Amino acid sequence: MRTGLAVALGALAIAAAPLVASTYHALLMLPFMAYAIVLLGLNLLFGYTGLVSFGHALFIGLGAYTGAFLTTHAGIRSLEVILISAAAVGALVAMPVAALCVRYVKIYFGMLTLAFGMVFYTFVLKFYRLTGGDEGTPFLRPSLLGRSLDAMPKIDYLVGPYYYYSLVVLGLAALGMWRIVHSPFGLCLKTIRDNPVKAETLGIGVTRHRFYAFVISAIYAAVGGALLGPPTGNVDPTLAYWTHSGNIVFMTLLGGFTSFFGPVVGAFVFIYLQNWVMSIVPYWRLIFGAMLAVIVIAAPDGLVGLVTRRRPALAGRA
Amino acid sequence: MILRAEGLRKLYGEFCALDGVTLGVDAGEFVSIVGPNGAGKSTLINILTGVTRPSAGTVLFKGREVSGAGPARLARLGMARSFQLVQVFPDLTVEETLQAAVVARLGRATRLFSSLASDREVRAGALEVAELFGLADKRHVPARQLPQGDKKLLDVASAFALKPEIILLDEPTSGVSTADKTAIMDTLVAASKLIGLRAIVQVEHDMDIVFAYSHRIVALHQGKVLADAPPATILADRRVMDTIIGRDTARPRAPAC
Repeated sequence: MRTGLAVALGALAIAAAPLVASTYHALLMLPFMAYAIVLLGLNLLFGYTGLVSFGHALFIGLGAYTGAFLTTHAGIRSLEVILISAAAVGALVAMPVAALCVRYVKIYFGMLTLAFGMVFYTFVLKFYRLTGGDEGTPFLRPSLLGRSLDAMPKIDYLVGPYYYYSLVVLGLAALGMWRIVHSPFGLCLKTIRDNPVKAETLGIGVTRHRFYAFVISAIYAAVGGALLGPPTGNVDPTLAYWTHSGNIVFMTLLGGFTSFFGPVVGAFVFIYLQNWVMSIVPYWRLIFGAMLAVIVIAAPDGLVGLVTRRRPALAGRA
Repeated sequence: MILRAEGLRKLYGEFCALDGVTLGVDAGEFVSIVGPNGAGKSTLINILTGVTRPSAGTVLFKGREVSGAGPARLARLGMARSFQLVQVFPDLTVEETLQAAVVARLGRATRLFSSLASDREVRAGALEVAELFGLADKRHVPARQLPQGDKKLLDVASAFALKPEIILLDEPTSGVSTADKTAIMDTLVAASKLIGLRAIVQVEHDMDIVFAYSHRIVALHQGKVLADAPPATILADRRVMDTIIGRDTARPRAPAC
């Protein structure tokens, strides 16, 4: 009930932001919404399955480059087609990667995902003709629902139609993930996170479930990645760099991986805090590093955990 | 015969944990595997449940060769197990734990978008088992908050929720107070009748429990079957009794077969 109210208020606040907040702040909401989608997927793997990936920037990059390639080289500008293609490419690449990675757990899983991420990073950096190397590839302005909006000033496009389009995609992504974590499949993932040996003896296919969770999380990361492109208009290899994978793990920890919306809150706080700290001191990584240490030590359940901790008999991990 | 093991042998390097064990379990039987520490009981149960692959020999479950099949496949075929060291899902409630077992039994573990909350069959199945094991009033408690006896009960209950044909229990009463042991065993036997379980195999150290509930006792010693007989016969055999209750005067086992 409380969650429902908080979500409704949150959605309302996001919807109202372009009307009440400054353009600068409204623009910051765009990467927030894109990252929120990425993190909903990442947390299926992290919070619900117990696997920490340090290579999900691979899929963010894949989604973003798919969009850039389609708009620049293939003449496809429809955002619907771009998002579906990003999801499909994300799933296709995730399948062999997942098949190899999910046989391992803990640090071995993390290192393997990191390795695949680095391979992809090198690929986008070196295959200049296809990816534009370190300069990247332009992500031309996509059309929304079949309507080309090229004539509109860029800012109006971004804080107008593109903003609400992103919000709807985020809403659908959250709804889909909510269904997944509250499905029989979602319950089985939690059993695997808690005790894979026991899960196996109940007849739950541990490797198969981890594989599905990985692929779903990659699809979410690719869709979120594709949405990161239009605001900057360019996609470059830093999106696929391993520190980017670290950032999204940080966002998840910041908000709290034990709750459904924790990572979404984490993305929001991370983006606004990063902008604020960067505007004050150049050493924002120093501040963020210290913050991460404090969170891990003092609030292992993240910011959402701090708020919900006092609630009696918390009904498990939502 | 539901379960049959023939000529099971298991080597760990030079060490021979099982040396040609043959045993069978018929429908309607409650079989106890006993023996001193290091006799090979855990190795045997791990081979029977598909966790460990034998170095030689076969395991037939319902006439099908299943050695090394893996616990997930065996669970789907109708074999469930519980563990010596209690195995629960710490952050899941009693209800969620039992629901997971029912979901797996009904083959719904990969349903991505259907709502668990509105799946009446799963909810009813989980509640039924919770009531059977006296855990219904604790169904919203996370497993990690349960007392040790209830954790043990939940471990066994989740195996029962699979409605298996045979269940293998690795020391179902270990770590439980003497007073609770009989209660757990009575619950277990009553539940097995209600769910139509065809056979129970247990590894157990407590001889009072073993003699009170078993139809047949298989005594292991140094990786071999020392005796395989009804409780009365075992009781009458001084040599076997001395061995299984640890009054064995034999020298420590030889390292190789």
